[in-house]
Amino acid sequence: MVMLGPIGFTAPLLLLGLLALPALWLLLRAVPPAPIRRRFPGVALLLGLRDDEVQAHRTPWWLLLLRMAAVAAAILGFAGPVLNPQPQRGGDGPLLILADGTWADAGDWPRRVARMEALVAEAERAGRPVAVVLLTDPPPGELPFQAASAWAPRLASLRPQPFGPDPAAMAALAARLPQTGFETWWISDGLARDGRDALLAAVQARGPVTVFESPRPLLALRPAAFAEGAVRLTVLRPAGGPAAVAEVAATGPDPAGVERELARASAAFAAGATEAVATLDLPPELRNRIGRFQIAGLRSAGAVSLADDGLKRRKVALVAGRDDREGLELLSPLFYLRNALAPVAELIEGRIEDIVLAAPDVIVLADVARLTEAETAAVRAWVQRGGLLLRFAGPRLAASDLARAEDDPLMPVRLREGGRTLGGAMSWGEPRRLRPFAESSPFFGLPVPDEVTVSSQVMAQPDPTLAERTIASLEDGTPLATRRSEGLGQVVLFHVTANAEWSSLPLSGLFVQMLERLAVSTRAAAPAAEDLAGIAWVPEKRLDAFGTIADAETMAGVPGEALAAALAQGAPSAAVPPGIYAAAERRVALNAVGAATRLAPAVWPAGVPVEGLAATAERRLKGEALALALLLLSADILAALWLSGRLRGPRAAAAVGLLALLLAVPPGRLRADEALDRLALAATRDVVLAHVLTGDPATDRLAAAGLRGLSQRLFERTSVEPGPPVGVDVERDELAFFPFLYWPVTPEQPLPSEAAVARLNRYLQTGGMILFDTRDADIAGFGGSTPAGRRLQQIARPLAIPPLEPVPADHVLTRTFYLLQDFPGRHSGQTIWVEAAPPDAEQAEGMPFRNLNDGVTPVVIGGNDWAAAWATDERGAAMAPVGRGFAGERQREIAVRFGINLIMHVLTGNYKSDQVHVPALLERLGQ
Amino acid sequence: MTAGPATLRAGAEALAGALPPLLADAEHLAATVILGEHGRRRAGLGVEFWQYRPATPSDEARTIDWRRSARSDIQFVREKEWQAAQSVVLWLDDSRAMAFASAPRLPTKAARARLIALAAAILLIRGGERVGLSGADVPPRRGTGQLLRLADRLTAEGGGEYGAPEAGGMAAQSRALFVSDFLGDPAPVEAALAEAADRGVRGALLQVLDPSEEAFPFDGRTIFESMGGALRFETMKAGDLRGRYRARLAERKARLAALAATAGWHYSCHHTDAPAQAALLWVYRALERVH
Repeated sequence: MVMLGPIGFTAPLLLLGLLALPALWLLLRAVPPAPIRRRFPGVALLLGLRDDEVQAHRTPWWLLLLRMAAVAAAILGFAGPVLNPQPQRGGDGPLLILADGTWADAGDWPRRVARMEALVAEAERAGRPVAVVLLTDPPPGELPFQAASAWAPRLASLRPQPFGPDPAAMAALAARLPQTGFETWWISDGLARDGRDALLAAVQARGPVTVFESPRPLLALRPAAFAEGAVRLTVLRPAGGPAAVAEVAATGPDPAGVERELARASAAFAAGATEAVATLDLPPELRNRIGRFQIAGLRSAGAVSLADDGLKRRKVALVAGRDDREGLELLSPLFYLRNALAPVAELIEGRIEDIVLAAPDVIVLADVARLTEAETAAVRAWVQRGGLLLRFAGPRLAASDLARAEDDPLMPVRLREGGRTLGGAMSWGEPRRLRPFAESSPFFGLPVPDEVTVSSQVMAQPDPTLAERTIASLEDGTPLATRRSEGLGQVVLFHVTANAEWSSLPLSGLFVQMLERLAVSTRAAAPAAEDLAGIAWVPEKRLDAFGTIADAETMAGVPGEALAAALAQGAPSAAVPPGIYAAAERRVALNAVGAATRLAPAVWPAGVPVEGLAATAERRLKGEALALALLLLSADILAALWLSGRLRGPRAAAAVGLLALLLAVPPGRLRADEALDRLALAATRDVVLAHVLTGDPATDRLAAAGLRGLSQRLFERTSVEPGPPVGVDVERDELAFFPFLYWPVTPEQPLPSEAAVARLNRYLQTGGMILFDTRDADIAGFGGSTPAGRRLQQIARPLAIPPLEPVPADHVLTRTFYLLQDFPGRHSGQTIWVEAAPPDAEQAEGMPFRNLNDGVTPVVIGGNDWAAAWATDERGAAMAPVGRGFAGERQREIAVRFGINLIMHVLTGNYKSDQVHVPALLERLGQ
Repeated sequence: MTAGPATLRAGAEALAGALPPLLADAEHLAATVILGEHGRRRAGLGVEFWQYRPATPSDEARTIDWRRSARSDIQFVREKEWQAAQSVVLWLDDSRAMAFASAPRLPTKAARARLIALAAAILLIRGGERVGLSGADVPPRRGTGQLLRLADRLTAEGGGEYGAPEAGGMAAQSRALFVSDFLGDPAPVEAALAEAADRGVRGALLQVLDPSEEAFPFDGRTIFESMGGALRFETMKAGDLRGRYRARLAERKARLAALAATAGWHYSCHHTDAPAQAALLWVYRALERVH
């Protein structure tokens, strides 16, 4: 096979035919196009003329080029071109296909599988035994060398893992490799990994190694960090490159509980940088709902970062019993709480009623003894809905009789009268230390520092339930902190003050840790190992290599130490897969990419060939090349026809059709709204007279011609310069564009539908005018009823037509432009009807006319067949005979004058009526 | 002659078949002119006074001679002397060049020429003139019978590539109408017009052209042949010749117009895609006009 770039030829010898092209060029050039014979009497005038261009003897160069291209395409086509012919890979003996199978592979896993399938197919053709090994899921024991055909169906079920290969497992695999030689094809995810070099050296010792790597850019997202009130998201890429931007989307449930994108930020890589930071500044309500961050458009566990408590910010309300006391700031009951919580929680302070409305997560009552009934009810309802009420004791609480006699709903235990003081000047005992936390306590596992001592406390009433309600106690067993569930929420009492008066607890770090354990606060940074240690963390959600989150279902719990190690190294493994782990109230997210992870591109030693992943399929181009040749030849036919002047008439139409077919241009489809637009444009560019289409072609033609004639007369005689008339379909077209509608009534005309009637009524009410013409004045006498007249009655029945009267002699229609007494069309004599004058119209003294109704009569009804009298053909000649001789011409003239008066009436209203009154108005203005 | 009776009859029927439509068309065409041109003044039919006669109700008001009527109680109509009619000679190009039509929807030039000529003959005969054909075949005569003879003769096919007018058969001081495409040699036309002018014959030249002869809408390598095939002309790019062809045509028209002007004739060009009525009107006016 001969290769030309990416194209190979199966029959390269045929390409020699291309050498014949220059000869063909000369041959074609010498043959001019065949002449046409035409009979033409004007030839006598042509005799003696000479052609200007002698070159026209020859075929024009572009036609030659077209033909050469056609022939060349045919030759190329028959030479059997193949795009991307697959080179045959040599080699024999066993074959090991190693794939990293990490989250970095997930983005283009189907391509990797396709590549593996191609490689396995190749090995199958060569009859080589194959072993396919995923480094993240290495097989136990011997390498599974099997016949390639046995591997082929299993490749599709291979899945990448959401973590990297374990170096120890890789070392073990290297040790297990058989001693016999084999060839290795390594499908790499493109990232540097610890322990890879050792394995590479081991397989290189067994035989040649070929590496396949995807050139696809890889991005990863570090866990979100909370800093300075904003969420910082760091996007990583393995190697510096040109400047680029990555979009990071934050996803979580919206208030309706539907998972959706809540926010989006973009991280811009500077050129050459491997890290980019996106910052999201969100209101806490929104931020607390975020479930995960994801680099938009990437499908990989590395591009997903699950959000845990580290991002959540509790809303904590602080209420003190003696807040307005003047005193030292350090003695304020809220000082230590404020300092402990301010970095990690949203603090609100205020009156209880307002606080409850703000729906905080936690309400802290520091030495508050008395709440009003309303406050108690509100707080209790809030607790039962899931709130955490945290109370601290203090002098006021100790002095009050709160929860002395009976259980208080807002206190976990009953208290004994007074408190006790230890280690003071008047007491025998030493200040007490804390007892290590019991296993059932939420504080279990926290180290108890020696320096924390308690000198005063309120005492709980001994009670059968006291033991289970105690979550922290002193050395002597007296409770330090008690807890009780109340509805969905809980009430916690610290039996000491929130300041350092009664104990040194608020001065120690234990105080902050205890608050955190109670989920009053949340940690700001990654949890330390000791925070996690000692507890079994149960996977809640699981992240797979493709970045999809699933319920963990029955996965076993993970010891805190293992989770801490995985978190610290940012390296989850098969034992600790990425996901969300929960213990009691706390949630920890383990992501595929850790906070300290850096991506580095894989570096392969020189001598290891690295190939791309593209498993390109062969594509035979013979069909395309021959189709191109045919296309060019048909274009040549058209061009030759055109050149010889034979492309005219029906042939031209056929040629255009053929061209349209060849170019596969979809025919422009005239949509309905386009047609409407066209009508609107045509109707609004000028004043346009319109006639209603009756469905009878002859009538419609005559109506159009009549309006054309009337438009011409208007153009000649008046300042109204109408455009070409338009036929409108009342069922379909918008009527608002037309000031005037001529409606010839035929007996066969369909009645307008309800929608059309509504449109017509709107048209009449908004100032339009319709001239109904029954065109039967020659046969319709007084009171006579003709078919057209009956049809008109049917059409007009649903229309909003006002009372009518025969045109009075002083109607404005008689004088809008011409002075007229009668209104003939092709027929004359029948009365025409207009809107009736108001009954109170009186003729004023000295006025020639009555002061009739304002506005334009909405309808004019008659039967004089005006359109026929107005109708002219394109040359301006009258189309229909009117009357006889000179009298007929006169009648036609009067008909035209009626038309002009009518249009003037439509366009100027009763302006002429007002003109009559001008002298009276001037007189009244007081000359 | 080898034509048997059957052939003769078939030919005669074909011929007669063409006659009524032609006559009907011509009558129709002539009727529109009379309708549009009512009140023909009959110039050239005599201007001498003949008699006064009492007006009848059928007389138009304008025919009443008011000067005479004022001297009496009744109205009089002044009638003019009837004078010998003028003879009008038609010449119709019957060459093969006239049998050309560029599109099926267009009539051939010959058909249009026949129609116009016969319609003009109808008008003239109704006006009392004598109409005939040039040459000796159909001398000018009056009456509707002459129309049949004219139609018969006009439908005959002629020969020759291009026609040349015959000045023979024209009486002195008569009128003449030459209808042709005038694309052939102009010399015979000039000779005929000179002879006509010598005899005091006035008339009109009507050039009938096909629209394609005016526009020359051809392109590409073409061999143009005359209708008879005697003349041929080959070009490689017909489109390039368009300008020069039209210049030559304009020159030919100008030459004809100048020729007509010097001989006291009228000249007009008519295209077969235009309505015949306009051409007929022009012919009628041109023959009527008195100089």
